[in-house]
Amino acid sequence: MGLTRKDLLEIRSLEPGEIQTILDTAVSMKEIASREIKKVPALRGKTVVNLFLEPSTRTRTSFEIAGKWLSADVVNVSGSSSSVVKGETLIDTARNIEAMSPDCVVIRHAASGAAHMLARVLRCSVVNAGDGMHEHPTQALLDLLTIREKRGHLDGLSVAIVGDIAHSRVARSNIAGMRKMGMSVTVAGPPTLIPPGVEELGVKVARRLEDALRDVDVIMMLRLQQERMTANYIPSLREYSRLYGLSLEKLRGARDDVLIMHPGPVNRGIEMAPEVADGPYSVILEQVANGVAVRMAILYLLIGAKGTEA
Amino acid sequence: MPAMTQREKAQVLDEPGIDRALTRIAHEIVERAGGTDGLALVGIRTRGVSLARRIAVRLQAIGGHPVPVGALDITLYRDDLSLKGEAPVLRGTDIPFPVSDKTIVLVDDVLYTGRTIRAALDAIIDLGRPRMIQLAVLVDRGHRELPIRADYVGKNLPTARREAVQVLLHEHDGQDRVVIQEPDA
Repeated sequence: MGLTRKDLLEIRSLEPGEIQTILDTAVSMKEIASREIKKVPALRGKTVVNLFLEPSTRTRTSFEIAGKWLSADVVNVSGSSSSVVKGETLIDTARNIEAMSPDCVVIRHAASGAAHMLARVLRCSVVNAGDGMHEHPTQALLDLLTIREKRGHLDGLSVAIVGDIAHSRVARSNIAGMRKMGMSVTVAGPPTLIPPGVEELGVKVARRLEDALRDVDVIMMLRLQQERMTANYIPSLREYSRLYGLSLEKLRGARDDVLIMHPGPVNRGIEMAPEVADGPYSVILEQVANGVAVRMAILYLLIGAKGTEA
Repeated sequence: MPAMTQREKAQVLDEPGIDRALTRIAHEIVERAGGTDGLALVGIRTRGVSLARRIAVRLQAIGGHPVPVGALDITLYRDDLSLKGEAPVLRGTDIPFPVSDKTIVLVDDVLYTGRTIRAALDAIIDLGRPRMIQLAVLVDRGHRELPIRADYVGKNLPTARREAVQVLLHEHDGQDRVVIQEPDA
């Protein structure tokens, strides 16, 4: 089974079978990363535009490498160097890029729904690389790939997602993906950062971090997004860190074989102690490596073939 | 694509026939290479891999040493990828030995236009620089579109383009036989 859609905008509307296809394809892509010559001709002659209107190192680099290893031509447009600073609207920017006939536009934008809007106006494929507080589908897919690789399966596993759930597109995409793949999810964080009604997404809420960590297979720590903290959600960083930061002491209550994940960038000493981030349970760097494989899979599945509607 | 029903026209190899063809190919490989040293088999997914494994068993029986076997997925090297409606499923390349300086015998079930082999040559060369690459196929059905030929052929089979050659193997199909099919008139 392939992927018959034009765009990848969110996990929410993916079928479990489509997630499976993306993960299986990514496993095949990992072999290319182990080669001396890391390049296959699959996307020769295709053009991928990375339109990143919000800061990003990991995701942009990851998409760029993914495209290049598949032989696509990759063009990067970043916020500060684009005409957006001259007042051009997003739709105008996108239409001008489309006039240059790209096959795929990868967009990162601070506004929720930006990727959906682009997908409606552009004929080429659109991949959401993070839109505001909505979704970050490729991050969730690389997280699922990492967990599946370590545990051999996803169905029946339990996960604790900890931190600023309210502002986190990573949490939203992961909750959607994990629930679809048969995993159970508990979220934990300061009450101000747990969105009301989050239980409707099929997750449990733990008020204390210690309760969330007990017996789970995976602990996913989120970054405290200080750039999105427009109000006083937490009394102080120190108090947040004391109650919700993952320290070696809090980790003692967790399982011996627990996996610790973080989407990056890590605020060392705030949400996670350095000994934990660099410790034996941490799979943070494997997540980054899997990110390239997942993005190769998505580019291949979306634009590798002619597409069904041409 | 309109569903076209196929009808079996003839069986061209049965189980003992496939066995004999693979044994003969194994002997020819050893004879040409003067032994099994430096030899490695690479099967093209999916049925080429099963055939490569079967030839490897025979090579070990002849030469006394195990011969490494790898699996090659040529999907990302296809010249018709951008013509396909949907991206074909990847099964992955798994070649657990360095190809450089080896004599690589590519193994596939049917040799037809030669385009799969062209892609396979590109794929192998991306992994290193073999000393030599040879090609073994169970069936050569003709109609080449590229200047490619096989070094070892189980059976030469003249066919019409409208016909299809199907290789059925125990590992995938529960039986060993090769049949020619033609469209139902």
